[in-house]
Amino acid sequence: MTKQPDYISKQKFMAELYRYKRGSVTRRHFLNVTGLGAASTVLGAAIPGLTAGPAAAGDIGDRAVLATWPNYHDPENFDAFTEATGAHVQVNVFGSNEEMLAKLQAGATGWDVFVPTNYTITTYVGEDLIEPLDTSLLPNYDPAAYDTRFAEAGSVDGKLYAVPKNYGTTGYAVNTAHTGGTEMTSWKQFFDMTMDSFSGRTMVHDYQLTTIGNALKYFGYSFNSVDQAELADAEKLLIDVKPHLFAISSDYQPSMRNGDAWMTMCWSGDGKQLNTDIPEIAYVLGREGGEIWSDYYAIPKGAPHREAAYALINFLLDPAVNAKEVLFHGYPSADAHTNALLPESLLNDPILYPAAELLTPLEFGAAVTLTDPNRAELMARFKSA
Amino acid sequence: MTQRTRNFLLLAPAGAWFLLMLVVPLSVVLVFSFGERGAAGGYVPAFTLEQYANLPARWAAFRNTLFLAPVGTLSALLIAYPLAYFLAVRVSAKWKMLLLVLVIVPFWTSILIRSYAWIFLLGGKGIPALIEFIGFPAIRLINTPFSVLVGIVYGYLPLMVFPIFVSLDRLDKRLLEASSDLGAKPWPTFLQITLPLSIPGIATGCMLVFILLMGEYLIPAILGGGKVFFVGNALVDLFLQSRNWAFGSAVAVTLIVVMLATVTVYMRFMARLSANRDDVSLI
Repeated sequence: MTKQPDYISKQKFMAELYRYKRGSVTRRHFLNVTGLGAASTVLGAAIPGLTAGPAAAGDIGDRAVLATWPNYHDPENFDAFTEATGAHVQVNVFGSNEEMLAKLQAGATGWDVFVPTNYTITTYVGEDLIEPLDTSLLPNYDPAAYDTRFAEAGSVDGKLYAVPKNYGTTGYAVNTAHTGGTEMTSWKQFFDMTMDSFSGRTMVHDYQLTTIGNALKYFGYSFNSVDQAELADAEKLLIDVKPHLFAISSDYQPSMRNGDAWMTMCWSGDGKQLNTDIPEIAYVLGREGGEIWSDYYAIPKGAPHREAAYALINFLLDPAVNAKEVLFHGYPSADAHTNALLPESLLNDPILYPAAELLTPLEFGAAVTLTDPNRAELMARFKSA
Repeated sequence: MTQRTRNFLLLAPAGAWFLLMLVVPLSVVLVFSFGERGAAGGYVPAFTLEQYANLPARWAAFRNTLFLAPVGTLSALLIAYPLAYFLAVRVSAKWKMLLLVLVIVPFWTSILIRSYAWIFLLGGKGIPALIEFIGFPAIRLINTPFSVLVGIVYGYLPLMVFPIFVSLDRLDKRLLEASSDLGAKPWPTFLQITLPLSIPGIATGCMLVFILLMGEYLIPAILGGGKVFFVGNALVDLFLQSRNWAFGSAVAVTLIVVMLATVTVYMRFMARLSANRDDVSLI
């Protein structure tokens, strides 16, 4: 396609690692809190008259509109896309899946491509908001290169609606300077320590999916349980734990960094950033299990620049391009072709690419988990207790 | 053009704004509050009182709001009054403008950024570290109701200072001289002249702050660590997390009703309080 480096040196990798855009989840949280998520950043000229594309321009139109999360793409890749196709990439940044869903339900977003998380895809299909993908237009998508669970989550009733972008896990970060040598390996320890020597030092997410899900893991239940009796156990645990919590917030990096908090539920990208800067902060996947998530590329129904949408997704799935993306945003790819181009040090990183025996018990969040009214009410009772 | 048409044309923009931006959206909220939640969230048309019957589920949020809003308003008043008094009565005209600008300056930065700054001031390496350094025992400030109160008073102080400042600035200084000539000491003069005459400013400031506090969600979310839960936070969760628009609308309508009732009672009380003092103005 375009001139992409297919090899990245160790030094370059470490430099990139330190260059990680700090706190992408923090920024998501920020966007949520402010409602600024709807505000959009425009990369590349949005005004057609100003775009001087090469001769190839016109085939796929002058632009592709992408709705995505903050700091989730390498801008250099977008420049290369424009150079290759003449189409500019216009980026809209969002704070949450719920916000994206609300926008699409309201209609006429003008988006061509967006990046839903696994547990929202069936909802989008059910609401008839996304179109099945035509794989003949995505030659770079090779389902055989993915672990089946990633490929499967993009399909509903045998039809492919979304292709995997990158994935991550939800575990916890713990400052080992305060554990007194205890090896932290489970969700049981997470909650028990919080009610004991870590009292006043632990944070949980302000997100029912993960906070309730991980409390369910304490008892060995499914992360996705909507069973009344199991939820009641989780609620009792959370209410007991609440007086011992430092905060209920998804913006945990500042408190972990300045030492106010010693332990927090944590997404793997944040875990990597904390561990890189402060080595005594470890990232732990509970051995009972927990969450694994993956973001996908999908095309909304009625996308105004449909051809550009396919061209952009296909371009971003090109292993050389995708490898640059991974180095930029710091979340692992499930694509074997992409991983083949990434440095060993990254693939052996226990935080980003956990060992198989830790990954296996992890569950994808389910659509029903996110939308279950009982879990929402449980979270409200927990927060107001 | 008749007077009538002209009046109509002049009022039309404000009227259209009022209709489109207030009446229509509030009607939508009212209609939604009688509906049901869709399977994947959102709103499904229905006519049911189920959402209102479910209100006790958010009682804790209402209780917290109805406690902290008056406490926050009173705290802001106690801090703002001496400041406004100082600005209006004690400071020379030359300094007055500069100091007033300094009161406004924080408004040029987003309340979100300023609240984040407090995280670090109240956090373990901020004020508590200083207190410990001086030799007092370590205390936890951040993520407590106290830190929320600090954030609230800080955030809304200018809204309280200005109305009080205006009422004190317009105060006829001859009344103070008269009081003094008649033998009153400074404190009785303050209680009998200055304070009563500044009641309109106090009333306006308190109302501004109180109404905004009833809908506050940002400061508790940031400085309360998510552990201090207001109606505003309940609404944000209902609309943005669990996407239960019907129940969210019912909570919103209830908040508006509670607020209207409180403010009506409050205004009656304040009107009576200042009406008694009408005779105190000099011509």
